[in-house]
Amino acid sequence: MPDAVMVPDISRTVQKWRNKRGSLIMALHEIQNRYGYVPRNVSLQIAQLMDVPLARIYEVVTFYNYFKLEPPGRNNLSVCLGTACYLKGAPELLNELKSRLGVSEGETTPDGEFHLQSVRCVGCCGLAPVVVANGETLSKVQPSSIEGLIHRCHKEE
Amino acid sequence: MAVHAHINGIPVEVPEGTMILDAARSVQIDIPRLCKHPDLDPTAACGICIVKVEGINRMLRACCTPIEEGMKIVTHDPEIVEVRRTVVELIMSKHPNECLTCGRNQNCELQTLVAEFGIRTVALPNIVPDLPLYDDTEVLTIDPRKCITCGRCVMVCQEMQNVHALCFLDRGYGTRIAAAGVTLGESPCVKCGQCSAHCPTGAIVEFDETGKTWDYIKDPSLFTAVQIAPSVRVAIGEAFGYPPGTNLTGKLYAALRRMGFDAIFDTNFGADVTILEEGTEFIQRFVHKSAELPLITSCCPAWVDFMEKFYGDMIDHFSTCKSPHEIVGVLAKTYYAKKQGLDPAKMRVVSIMPCTAKKWEIHRSASMAASGYQDVDVSLTTRELARMIKQAGIDFRHLPEEECDRVLGDYSGAGTIFGATGGVMEAALRTAQDLLTGKALKKVEFKAIRGLKGVKEAEVEVAGKTVRVAVAHGLANVESVLERVQEAKEKGDEPPYHFIEVMACPGGCVGGGGQPYGVTNEVREARARGLYTEDERLAVRKSHENPEVKRLYDEFLEKPLSHKSHELLHTRYQARLTYSR
Repeated sequence: MPDAVMVPDISRTVQKWRNKRGSLIMALHEIQNRYGYVPRNVSLQIAQLMDVPLARIYEVVTFYNYFKLEPPGRNNLSVCLGTACYLKGAPELLNELKSRLGVSEGETTPDGEFHLQSVRCVGCCGLAPVVVANGETLSKVQPSSIEGLIHRCHKEE
Repeated sequence: MAVHAHINGIPVEVPEGTMILDAARSVQIDIPRLCKHPDLDPTAACGICIVKVEGINRMLRACCTPIEEGMKIVTHDPEIVEVRRTVVELIMSKHPNECLTCGRNQNCELQTLVAEFGIRTVALPNIVPDLPLYDDTEVLTIDPRKCITCGRCVMVCQEMQNVHALCFLDRGYGTRIAAAGVTLGESPCVKCGQCSAHCPTGAIVEFDETGKTWDYIKDPSLFTAVQIAPSVRVAIGEAFGYPPGTNLTGKLYAALRRMGFDAIFDTNFGADVTILEEGTEFIQRFVHKSAELPLITSCCPAWVDFMEKFYGDMIDHFSTCKSPHEIVGVLAKTYYAKKQGLDPAKMRVVSIMPCTAKKWEIHRSASMAASGYQDVDVSLTTRELARMIKQAGIDFRHLPEEECDRVLGDYSGAGTIFGATGGVMEAALRTAQDLLTGKALKKVEFKAIRGLKGVKEAEVEVAGKTVRVAVAHGLANVESVLERVQEAKEKGDEPPYHFIEVMACPGGCVGGGGQPYGVTNEVREARARGLYTEDERLAVRKSHENPEVKRLYDEFLEKPLSHKSHELLHTRYQARLTYSR
């Protein structure tokens, strides 16, 4: 968990953006890229350093799907719910993952192994339905192959 | 520059920049809406105020479309009404069907609109989002399921009050009102309740304590006293069909007696005591340089909370005097109890306030139990009292007027104007000038600090000296005033003001977060007028001339800022840590 130690680091990020228009979102991008999520204590520091209300930061962070408030899992599974994937059975894939992992969308399993999320179109509709597992795009995924996918993720560690 | 147009064939002439919604109102056309509030800029969220403009082949929102020269506008035709109906039905489709048990039943803007549209059947399924209710402030109850995402509360919290406790989280269908990742109680919320006063539905209402109050009244072993705040008397009538500003003090006393309260007091008495304490504090600082200037008023609990959270460096400038209802509370359980031979342990004090933050104030620190017991046991809003009067089956309009009870009831005109922005300052100046000159001066009115301008500044000649005062209301207006003070302090300059009054709500307590719904600047002005009219009518218009207050000091407190006064009537402040706004 990022803590006070990284304050100078964050203030460097903020320094870079503070006097530019639309800079909050750029600073948040850097934080998201670095930690895989936007930790609350970092948001609090950004609020102080950039003189932006925490409420505004949360409005931005929760508006965009890209930003996360929870730490990612060791394995990140994204189910595409874009139109093509949706029609090709993505909701069933999502349900299968939810029941097998015991988490809802946007949540991480208590052991920190898996983070499950849905995403809008990942840009390869021809391969629908698509699941992105740890950055690898899996095509034409069937509910029956979910068990194997989870198993494989476990083994790869 | 004036712009000319036709609305439903009626010619209108309005200043450039006037929105269609307001222009229509000027020719007696009421365009329905759910998100636009006269206090706030349009958010264009609800889409109900749509109108047709000749030559434009889509409907426009009247709330945010300025009239242009020569426009021909249609506000009502079968097609427009049908579209509006669909929008209302869409809102209904995710709104819980809980009208009968909702805090806004019969007072809800959505319910009213549905009734006006005559919607009898619902074609869309009712899918209510599963969101938790927040009432951990025990001041405000937020039920985000009932939110129609109009954005009023968020604008009020962020822009009007500069608190930034409430925000919109998530997006689209999932948009919801909440504090940033915490509950409202853990947020910087100052409990002013302006969100509840502006909410069109039951999504934000006051934390209801009418049941607790009835329990006190019902219990024969308890002696239950009640007091009413200055601004309640000129607003409660709105719940019974009176125009805003009608002064109903006598009827209120009568209603409270019929409800079963054992003693009826008036917070105006406490206001007069506040002035003696605070006025003396001011003179000590101004003349005897006992502490730094400016002195800042502290009657408003939302302002106290705001200061403790965001301006901890200003604590030394705050008057330590408690707010008027806390003064009546502690005096009821000490002075009055002693006189009447009552056991304070068996007493309960109920305050009727225009305010939601008073519900927080009564627990805010240990000094709120200076009598040895909690000084005020329950604080109800004007809205809660109106409900209780109706529950008690009292025909309020036809009640005869009655008097309140001695010895915590007599009040001066200075006490009554506490309910309006500038009133506390004016009351304090009336007393300060007499105390400083040792004369009973004829000048009692200080009109420069009355009215709805956000920050009012004046220089007042008092006993040959110039007193620079500032009055701010609506918390967003405080920043500029305090920044000037901080700047002068840093530079080591003379302070820009000697005395500052702040009330959190626009208009002061008359526009309080616990007042009847439907507040606008016209309503605030009418309520304030009701108070100033009473002030003019009263023989005693200065707090220090109130005979009951004189008696209180003679018999009990000795003199303002005495040891006993400090013990009972004063409090301390502490910086409260919260996250940055």
